[in-house]
Amino acid sequence: MIPSAVRLREEFVAGERSAVETVRETFARIRQSEPALHAFLSLDEPGALAAAAALDRRRADGESLGSLAGVPIGVKDLIGVRGSRTTCGSRMLAEYIAPYDATVVERLRQADAIIVGKTNLDEFAMGSSNEHSAFGRACNPWDLSLVSGGSSGGSAVAVAADQVPITLGTDTGGSIRQPAAFCGIVGLKPTYGLVSRYGVVAYASSLDQVGPMGRTAADCAALLQAIGGPDRRDSTSARREVGEFSPPDSLRGLRIGWVPEQFGPGLDPIVSESVESALRWFESQGAVRVPVELPYARFGIASYYVIASSEASSNLERFDGAHYGFRADGSDVTDLDRLYRATRTAGFGAEVKRRILLGTFALSAGHADAYYGRASRVRRAIRDDFDRVWQQVDLLLGPTTPTPPFPAAAKTSDPLAMYLADVYTVLANLAGLPAVSFPVEPTDTRLPIGAQLTGPPFSDQRLLGLVHRYQQEHDWHLRRPDPIGLPAGIPVSGADS
Amino acid sequence: MKTPEFETIVGLEVHVQLSTRTKLFCGCATSFGAEPNTQVCPVCLGLPGALPVVNREAIRLAIVTGLALDGSIPEVTRWDRKNYFYPDLPKGYQISQLDHPIVDGGSLELPGDESPPRRIGFIRAHLEEDAGKSLHDEREGKADTRIDLNRAGTPLLEIVSRPEIRSAQEAKRFLTELKLLLEHLGVSDCNMEEGSLRVDANVNLRVSTPEGPVPTPIVEVKNLNSFRAVERAIEFEQQRQLGEFLATGRRQGEAPKQTRGWDDASQTTRLQREKEESADYRYFPDPDLVPIVVSRDLIESLRGELNRRPSAIRHRLIATCGLSDYDAEVLLQMGPAAIAYFDQVAETSSDPKRAANWLQQDVARALKERGESIDRFPLKPERLGELLRRVAAGELTTAQAKDVFRRLTEADVEVEGAMRDLGIASVDPSAIDRLCRELLAEHPQSVADYRSGKLQALGALIGAARKRDRNADPNRVRERLLELLAETA
Ligand SMILES: [Zn+2]
Repeated sequence: MIPSAVRLREEFVAGERSAVETVRETFARIRQSEPALHAFLSLDEPGALAAAAALDRRRADGESLGSLAGVPIGVKDLIGVRGSRTTCGSRMLAEYIAPYDATVVERLRQADAIIVGKTNLDEFAMGSSNEHSAFGRACNPWDLSLVSGGSSGGSAVAVAADQVPITLGTDTGGSIRQPAAFCGIVGLKPTYGLVSRYGVVAYASSLDQVGPMGRTAADCAALLQAIGGPDRRDSTSARREVGEFSPPDSLRGLRIGWVPEQFGPGLDPIVSESVESALRWFESQGAVRVPVELPYARFGIASYYVIASSEASSNLERFDGAHYGFRADGSDVTDLDRLYRATRTAGFGAEVKRRILLGTFALSAGHADAYYGRASRVRRAIRDDFDRVWQQVDLLLGPTTPTPPFPAAAKTSDPLAMYLADVYTVLANLAGLPAVSFPVEPTDTRLPIGAQLTGPPFSDQRLLGLVHRYQQEHDWHLRRPDPIGLPAGIPVSGADS
Repeated sequence: MKTPEFETIVGLEVHVQLSTRTKLFCGCATSFGAEPNTQVCPVCLGLPGALPVVNREAIRLAIVTGLALDGSIPEVTRWDRKNYFYPDLPKGYQISQLDHPIVDGGSLELPGDESPPRRIGFIRAHLEEDAGKSLHDEREGKADTRIDLNRAGTPLLEIVSRPEIRSAQEAKRFLTELKLLLEHLGVSDCNMEEGSLRVDANVNLRVSTPEGPVPTPIVEVKNLNSFRAVERAIEFEQQRQLGEFLATGRRQGEAPKQTRGWDDASQTTRLQREKEESADYRYFPDPDLVPIVVSRDLIESLRGELNRRPSAIRHRLIATCGLSDYDAEVLLQMGPAAIAYFDQVAETSSDPKRAANWLQQDVARALKERGESIDRFPLKPERLGELLRRVAAGELTTAQAKDVFRRLTEADVEVEGAMRDLGIASVDPSAIDRLCRELLAEHPQSVADYRSGKLQALGALIGAARKRDRNADPNRVRERLLELLAETA
């Protein structure tokens, strides 16, 4: 078992372990499980060892060490790491080398974290199962036939399978929280603007947020602290510091809102019962359960897919074969239009094309008001719903996902069913709120089940503090999947459908 | 059938490159003429993950322009994406402003003697980023296109006039005055060869028919690379559209809106595309940028710059400095640095008229000979002012002043020093005056001869002066004699 990030850092700083030792152990573990899991799209052992050796020297010289010193970390392959491939899970960028570091990566380096590789994802972060990765899906370590969730599937799997203690994910409509729930770890989607998006390849700019994934809330808090805070290169940066991680001593009087509709039809009873158990525990600690209403929440999925697809259709226009990345050639590419068409036809997978088409339609003349315009109005109504809710309660507790992790290929032919996997998570993105998924008691299954806490803007550390309290009393997050000693070489199935 | 009467209707779209040091959304330089793709970064290259950050100086220049054009500045201005594919547009969209431009309305008064003065209104002005350039390389028989993205992301202000211009000549007047305004406010260098000022014209006619006036389809003319081209293109379109109307009878709405390109070589416009083929730009608010809130304080602080408006300068030169309309216009056309230079010379010399004359003649000539702009002219305005003060006081003749002027452009010396170098003694003007008055009193015959047209009589008087005082400068004596003769005439 791998120690937590907080613990690893302590041991490193105390001289109980060297960074090189940590990196060697990390890669040994990765080599063992990776052939079956496919959590990473690229690994950089020489780079990680060099960084570790430099860190060991600095420690020997008595220099100050960063807040994640000696902690190995995986970075979602949507986030630019200078000099490394940044594929976004797409054939379009299969050979693209990022020429600059994303702000969050710069900050990881300042914190002395050691980047070991780039984690698997649905192409351009579009998907809820990791099955839309152009390079094959990451598999759920609890059962390889199940999906990892997505789009940050690789980041969730790498933590759940003890490859690394922490990873970075990105979350546009649930892409951190849903795979965290499916893999039994903690994942936070921060308040919009708390973490810089500079250098993170955009899917839907008004919804995207980078966030921490880890086994413990404390690890996520440490990672959030390292990457968050103002960035002048991102105009949507909130110019707010992350704040201290200080879990509450008591939960007495905490007002926990719950939305009755979220526990109604559409929610698998297994999930419902598990989330209930967490709610009951909070009540047992003196928290008060308050039913609240989010009248516009039922339009969340529709609003989300229109807005996200609209923004994506524009954000992905730059991948045209003219400047960088994949370029189609061949005898049929005889003029500019054919170059664009051939490049984008061959370079993008089916789900990306579906969303580009959706978004292009939603923004087109004569339809923009009915689709993009209406979706934006619904989004404002949802924000208003939440503003009212925060008058009544301190936070919301509900399910992260409507079902436990589902089998691979179960939903690839039914995009709408796949989209509904995000029904509870998109609301925080639409409203710009922080939300965290954490593993709770799986009352009627051996598979992980996640519950979601959602709070008002900038309550990120507070939410993690509450999860920390829960984790002090429970050990669901410490459960390890059985098949961790996987037979090497299980074929990784299913590229893009 | 006789040619019907018609009215010409022109609206102009003027793209102005703002004089910021850096681009609209990144820190890259905007200077012209660098090696291709050397003034680029992840943001203006449109690399994955890069994000735009607004250049405040561009906002400031746009607001100054809006105020100078009497437009209103909305409290909130927003950015939109205009989506289309083109290789010189690396992001696949241009960041522009659709519904919330930085300037609303406004108008520009054209100088001239119409009463009431002619004003052309504006619809709006909005900020946007420029695209890069496609360079077609056809060496060795292969048609290769290369992209230079140095210009990509350069700030442009698109100023859109109302269709209130009524002739080719008026279009040129409007553009000349607008250019003057942009130059004097320091908003743009308006260099058309370098593409800092680009003009598109929307032209159509209102033809008189027995059923009343009939508008013809609107044609957008692009590729207008000089004001002359704007003028010629409008004239060409007048004849072409009239001919087409007479041939087809098609009115506005019955034919698609055409885009035509001006061809300088043939002096004609050529069809580029018809509106049906035009793209759907799928505008939507750019989620990477936040709306800009323009504070009233900022606007008030920028109002001070409006005294650099040509209309304000014109008024000041004529009403306060006493210059003629013509002199004021010549100085304005010399540009903002010349106005600053003039103001300093006028102040030091206390003689604005003389300052204006010298600027238009001697300074302009010297600049031309030296191939210099006035801001690099070695003769500081304070020194020229001092020289002209002495001329006005009669301490040296105009001819001597011209020698001193030349000396001052060649060496870094004060006026006093230059005079010494040239052996010009500062004379006591009262001594010359006394001498001349005595001569005129003593030689009434010469005075009478002069007045009757025998100009050589003046030579006799000067000769007499030299006899009496060997140091008397004949030029100064001549000048003073002429003045006295004029006074007593
Ligand atoms: Zn740049």
